[in-house]
Amino acid sequence: MKIEFILNGKKVEVNTDPARRLLDVLREDFGLIGVKEGCGEGECGACAVLIDGKIVHSCLVPVGNVKGKEVTTIEGLKDTEEYKVIHESFLDAGSVQCGFCTPGFVMATYALLKENPQPHEDDIRKAISGNLCRCTGYSMIIDGVKLAAKRGEKLWKD
Amino acid sequence: MENREFNVVGKSIKKIDALALATGEVKFTADIEMPGMLHIAFLYSPHPHAEIVDIDTEEAKNIPGVVLVLTYRDVPDTLHTTAGQGYPEPSPYDTRILDKRVRFVGDRVAIVAAETKEIAEEALKKIKVKYRELPYNLDPEKAEESEQIPPEDAYHLLPTVYEPSKNLAASVELSFGDVEKGFSDADFVLEERFEVQYANHCAIEPHAAVAFYDERGRLNIISTTQVPFHVRRIVSRVLGIPLKNLRVIKPRIGGGFGGKQEVFLEQVVALVTYMTKRPSKVVFSRKEVFVSSRTRHPMITWYKVGAKRDTGEITSLYLKALMNAGAYGPHALTVMANAGSKVLPLFNKIKNLKFEGFSVYTNLPVGGAYRGYGATQGYFGYNVMLDMIAEKLGIDTLEFFKKWHIKKGETSPIFEELGEGKEGVSQIIRSCGLSECIEKGAKAIGWYEKRRKRIKNGDKVRGVGAAILMQGSGIPKIDMGAAYMKMNEDGSFNLHIGATDIGTGSDTILAQIAAEEIGTSVDKIIVYSSDTDFTPFDVGAYASSTTYISGGAVLKCAKKIRKEILKVAQEMLNVPEDALYIENGTVYTRDGQQKVSFQDIVIYSLYTKNQHQIQAVASHIGLESPPPFMAQFAEIEVDIRIGRIEVIKFVSAVDCGKPINPVLVEGQVEGATVNGIGYALWEDYVFDEKGRVKNASFWDYKIPSIRDIPEIEVIICETYEPTGPHGAKSVAEIGINGPIPAIANAVYDAIGIRLTKTPFTPERVLKAIKSQGIKL
Repeated sequence: MKIEFILNGKKVEVNTDPARRLLDVLREDFGLIGVKEGCGEGECGACAVLIDGKIVHSCLVPVGNVKGKEVTTIEGLKDTEEYKVIHESFLDAGSVQCGFCTPGFVMATYALLKENPQPHEDDIRKAISGNLCRCTGYSMIIDGVKLAAKRGEKLWKD
Repeated sequence: MENREFNVVGKSIKKIDALALATGEVKFTADIEMPGMLHIAFLYSPHPHAEIVDIDTEEAKNIPGVVLVLTYRDVPDTLHTTAGQGYPEPSPYDTRILDKRVRFVGDRVAIVAAETKEIAEEALKKIKVKYRELPYNLDPEKAEESEQIPPEDAYHLLPTVYEPSKNLAASVELSFGDVEKGFSDADFVLEERFEVQYANHCAIEPHAAVAFYDERGRLNIISTTQVPFHVRRIVSRVLGIPLKNLRVIKPRIGGGFGGKQEVFLEQVVALVTYMTKRPSKVVFSRKEVFVSSRTRHPMITWYKVGAKRDTGEITSLYLKALMNAGAYGPHALTVMANAGSKVLPLFNKIKNLKFEGFSVYTNLPVGGAYRGYGATQGYFGYNVMLDMIAEKLGIDTLEFFKKWHIKKGETSPIFEELGEGKEGVSQIIRSCGLSECIEKGAKAIGWYEKRRKRIKNGDKVRGVGAAILMQGSGIPKIDMGAAYMKMNEDGSFNLHIGATDIGTGSDTILAQIAAEEIGTSVDKIIVYSSDTDFTPFDVGAYASSTTYISGGAVLKCAKKIRKEILKVAQEMLNVPEDALYIENGTVYTRDGQQKVSFQDIVIYSLYTKNQHQIQAVASHIGLESPPPFMAQFAEIEVDIRIGRIEVIKFVSAVDCGKPINPVLVEGQVEGATVNGIGYALWEDYVFDEKGRVKNASFWDYKIPSIRDIPEIEVIICETYEPTGPHGAKSVAEIGINGPIPAIANAVYDAIGIRLTKTPFTPERVLKAIKSQGIKL
């Protein structure tokens, strides 16, 4: 089946089984390896992408569901100012250890700050509760998100 | 080595690989795709113990796209251990790639390689296996009289106790003084049984491996490994492929925690590629990681301790440990031995002591290395017993800790008696900040305001508890790491190390150690690590060794480079060597008259006169294993109505010598602490009556998420370890050991209940409240 959608700002089309996982289509057909598979069951968030601006675990989404929608992966974010602020903040706060879960946390942070530029700690915890990390103890990730909120203050409000 | 002012060391330099990691551009093993690549899937045993009577692969082989179906009849039958340890490995040779007998639900029965993963998985369903079920045993306390689990021809390379017919994978005994006399001299004797459970490392990146032939016909392996050099050695032996024809590369690794110190996928991809001459790949599912990779070894410990009432002296200590190795024995000896060797030297003034440890086979998932490595299992009972003694003596636990813990300048006979697979190495403690850790940690948790206060809020009661710990820094006189450096025309340096960064940031701290010694900045150091063709040997990332051992090699190497630089500068400036000093990439004369930059020095050495490459290589072996120390504190609240424990605040105060990179130290300690809290409260394997794992997913096996964790405070109590690179000791493992006893002691502080079995689920807490009676 032909499925058209917008991927990282560009119109794309795939001819595939609509039941295939969006995660596999992104990795295998488009080579977007920033989308990681940690569990395949919607728990770890390493495969998080934005669908029409909302954070979603791509391992749980059949590709047929994104027909006509806008999908953004970490690769689509990385040239934006917002991304630069998040990633610099993550680096400074020690939010990155092995880095396998990091693209997912960056996506979740982006989605949070776009919606809520000045989050309280509780908002942060809620927003990234769909992502698992085994290396840090999370508090250094919370620090990274707080730093990004502060540093990108004007950016998020636009 | 002496403590001094540092320029690069002690600074929180950003991880040198962090940028690419955050963008997702870095390739992890599973990201590697190659034309013609085969995908591998495994058929697993549905029985806890069975013999394969017949296995029919015809139908599977006929599926279009299936290239290879392998059973025990088709693969080399070399006995080996999957434990990625030094040679000779201190683990029994009891494993084959595939065997006629399967030993747990999840043991391998067959291997399929196909054009796609989907086809490979389809083919698994078409393999017909006839099993003869055998008696099985899931209880480590019944191992001796149960049906033999390991192969009849299993053996051990070391002269150690190994009795496969009794399902005994290992045993050790250590004793000094006279424990019986010590108990009779005591004013009181306390005894307790403790038990810790199965757990999984849960690195977010699942295990994966890739193999391919390069243009020179050499077999390359890329895998999620902590031990590339051990992988090369083990795969070479198991498959009979000459070592020179193998190259093992470690790409970026998504966390290890010991789970990737195990060599069980590399021989499979190598074999498939060897047989088909095509690239091959295997990526574990999360379920496979839980069931068929490796786990934390469950352990039962019995402590018996006698003490004097007036002085508080412990007159005698007896520890018996029974470890469940699971169906195979990787690390069966060493993890169990560490429950004694990493724990018992902490109170080093005990004159009568006995430790007996046993590792036994059961028909359950296979244990392996896991952060903490036996110390986690041993420290639970140890710290609870200390808390019990202090209470009996009527003194504050922290005062008791401070009075008796090992101090700088002291030793313990255990260091020499008990090592990793053989006797240990005697050592004197040259740095110890434990008392400071106890004091600062106590202040941070509010110990003196909260202890014994039992503050109530409805059904909830608060308490505080503490634990003290030590670990090691590498395995002394066994672990070796090496480094190579060369200098380039722009004054930059290539640093090649066998050391294995699995997400810890070791590439970064090793660059810091080099930059500090040479007198340059970290951005001038180009790190390349963990490639058996292009980096020198290193045992790999385990036993908290990288900073101390590999760092020692990097420091030696950098010292040589520095000397070389000064030699050339001396020739260029025509002054004696001691007239020179280096600062930030430039050599100056002490009189301030002349200077020459690193660039000029290299240009001179490569093109001008006495041309040569400024380069150096160095190896380092730890002659000692200086322990890092830690004090951990939990403030908890128990809901006595529903039995739920909530950790309100947790403090980890650590002495890791000189912290090379404080933010990375904090990250290690915090990560280990949270992993330890998860192990203390929730993480557990649920088995059915056949030993089938019923919760092999992140939905059912809960690791801490961001909403589960309390406020965590990490305190670095800096000391200076004279044998360590720039004063450093290790830090990676120790933080996982204390949450269980600190929480258990805090629960006692709150409600007077002693918890002796983990995880401390509401169900267990309620049961304990019922059986012990609540004392408020």
